[in-house]
Amino acid sequence: MNETVMLTILTIVTAATPLVYAAIGELVVERSGVLNLGVEGMMLGGAVCSFATAHYTGSAALGIAAGLLAGVLLALIFAFLTLSLQASQVATGLALTIFGIGLSALIGQPLVGIAFSGLPSLHIPWLSDLPLIGRLLFSHDVLVYGSFLLVGLVAWCLNRTRAGLVLRSVGDSHHAAHALGIHVVRVRYLATLFGGACAGLGGAYLSMVYTPMWVENMSAGRGWIALALVVFAVWQPGRLLLGAYLFGGISILQLHGQALGINVPSQLMSMLPYVTTILVLVLISRDRGRIRRNAPASIGQAFHPTT
Amino acid sequence: MPESSNSAIASTSSGPLEPVALVEMQGISKAYPGCLANDAIDISLQAGRVHALLGENGAGKSTLVKILYGLLASDSGSIRWQGKPVDIDSPATARELGIAMVFQHFSLFDSLSVLENIALGMDVDANDRLRQQIIDVSQRYGLPLDPERSVYSLSVGERQRIEIIRCLLQEPRLLIMDEPTSVLTPAEVSDLFDTLERLASEGLAILYISHKLEEIRRLCDEATILRAGRKVAEADPRAESARSLAALMMGSDVPPASIRGSVATGEVLLSLEGLSHVASDSHGISLHGLDLQVRAGEIVGIAGVAGNGQDELMQVLIGETRLQRADSLMVCGRAVGRLDPGERRRLGLCCVPEERLGHAAVPTLSLSDNAFLTAHHRKPMCNAGLVSHKLSREFAEQIIERFKVRCHGPGSLASSLSGGNLQKFIVGREILQSPKVLVVSQPTWGVDAGAANAIHEAIQALANEGAAVLIVSQDLDELMQASNRIGGLCAGRLSAFFPTLETTVQKVGLLMGGSHS
Repeated sequence: MNETVMLTILTIVTAATPLVYAAIGELVVERSGVLNLGVEGMMLGGAVCSFATAHYTGSAALGIAAGLLAGVLLALIFAFLTLSLQASQVATGLALTIFGIGLSALIGQPLVGIAFSGLPSLHIPWLSDLPLIGRLLFSHDVLVYGSFLLVGLVAWCLNRTRAGLVLRSVGDSHHAAHALGIHVVRVRYLATLFGGACAGLGGAYLSMVYTPMWVENMSAGRGWIALALVVFAVWQPGRLLLGAYLFGGISILQLHGQALGINVPSQLMSMLPYVTTILVLVLISRDRGRIRRNAPASIGQAFHPTT
Repeated sequence: MPESSNSAIASTSSGPLEPVALVEMQGISKAYPGCLANDAIDISLQAGRVHALLGENGAGKSTLVKILYGLLASDSGSIRWQGKPVDIDSPATARELGIAMVFQHFSLFDSLSVLENIALGMDVDANDRLRQQIIDVSQRYGLPLDPERSVYSLSVGERQRIEIIRCLLQEPRLLIMDEPTSVLTPAEVSDLFDTLERLASEGLAILYISHKLEEIRRLCDEATILRAGRKVAEADPRAESARSLAALMMGSDVPPASIRGSVATGEVLLSLEGLSHVASDSHGISLHGLDLQVRAGEIVGIAGVAGNGQDELMQVLIGETRLQRADSLMVCGRAVGRLDPGERRRLGLCCVPEERLGHAAVPTLSLSDNAFLTAHHRKPMCNAGLVSHKLSREFAEQIIERFKVRCHGPGSLASSLSGGNLQKFIVGREILQSPKVLVVSQPTWGVDAGAANAIHEAIQALANEGAAVLIVSQDLDELMQASNRIGGLCAGRLSAFFPTLETTVQKVGLLMGGSHS
């Protein structure tokens, strides 16, 4: 296969992976009935903390862990404000994004311009040595495989386990769930922290693999795309994976298109991934029954156990 | 089956010791800001007996049962379970003790399937074993239900079946039932009573909350009557008449239900002419060639069990779904089948849908805003195109006063009203717009006798003034009492219609079942 095509495909995977992480986390959060608009901020927090940790310790594993932890801590602030103190989820989420942008810029000040070796690709004996397929499927880094595993795991938990059923029930009607003795606030705390961990991982992937370096505000709106993906994927993990790769794919292809000098204004080309992803997902999500079955009805509503 | 339940009592109370009540609630008090919902209430329930809890809306019944089921904490008082003091701090604790409850407002999850809903309430997995158990129980007690259906596609009656089956699957010691028969047909009620009597004879205690006094007299062994948060009497319902029970409940004699006059001969105001509609949802019911004329001054009742096309019919009448043929629905001689709800209102067709909260009223808006939402089509409510809060508040105040809606005022949120009071408000809102045609679905569902009477009288008064009224209800007693002509809706088809005075409950029961005699 042509080397350029091969490289393009590999780049698409690295472009899609951070979105997959951030979006699958937000999917779980929203399925529990919480709307966390702070994904962008949590991604940046994860990106800067993982990069700093990896740079100072030299350990990629510690870097990933730090990214995850940063996401969890930011999500904890959100959870405390919205679930314990019943602040507005929309306003708190927006504030979290702004906070994340500022805080990451502050922490990342001394790191600007430093390069990082990135995450090593896995070498799986025999499989990685296969022609074509070996490089395409079996030579990615551990986080890429992790993202696929995570999507499968979330899909399985949501639809096949009692924990998933409880999560969906809390998102559908928190009063009915409370009447059954389900701890609504506890479930939502756990889901929100899981979402934070995923967004942190997504951010870590950006600064440690995709670029790999720290640039201020480097997530460049990916947190918002992740949020949109969740809605347009009708809260279904499989569709979300499709949407993330569609977005990643077109954002890379349009770069190549610009490099090839196609005579279209670059601004239009840059719009392509956003427009196409939304268009495709809207078209495949027109089924109203599917929306009724999957959309969390109590999303964004504060829960008072007394009413 | 009073003999069998009495023998069950005898067997439990025989023995050297004093019979210990299954549950004893003593001195239960609970105050909300501005009202004392429960004031030192004592109640004691025995295994094997059906105990009625009677009271008007707002009398404190729901609060009392919520305390017993662990959903609310009482301010003072104690609960004993088989003689031992217990602290029921959550529904899970209540279920562990063996308390199950069928709620008046169902605690169901719309987006989940029947199977998943039941699994959640029972702390078990949604597996094939549970599916089989559901099918077994639903067949045994005549409560047909497909475990795979999503709840949002079910009618109110079908939803209630889920709750009942869920409770029965837990094999409880005490079953609390909040208005369980309000959406069942007479035959189904009779089946349910057989079931309940069998369960009682097996030693189950049943706490039965209902406004239907005849039912309580038929089913219950003992009754506790609440009024304004206080226990006012304990009675043997079989020794009392429905009238004396109602008097205890309301503190004054109830006026007898108004009897409708002869069949009207006024001009036709509402007319369905071969009205057909194909359901868009695979679980929906299609309507097949409905023909019906409702004349000025007439009240026509459509009886039917939930899920036979009532929802679809209401949507078509309201205008939420447009018809293919505009002239298959005529109001005052004008084809309205393709008009939107607002245009229909302006022509004089006002509708009250079944669901009070969320469909007929916006729960999070004030009463005056809710009044504005439907009334602005027929009453002046705007100043130079802007909403006039003064006018909508005045209209809401008028409704509250005329229909004796108990609330803090026009600024109260719709969700803060009790079911009966909100229903009075919603029906009143439409009636005070003096519609030419009024279509009401389930006007007194879950509403106490006093409020139901008030609503029926208002509807009757509207008809006397020359409006045509169509009532769609699953409550056959209500239709027999309130309508001039009655017919059945079954599987999307209308039966023939008969003057109510010349027909019987049994005959209408047959019409509801699709038999065209």
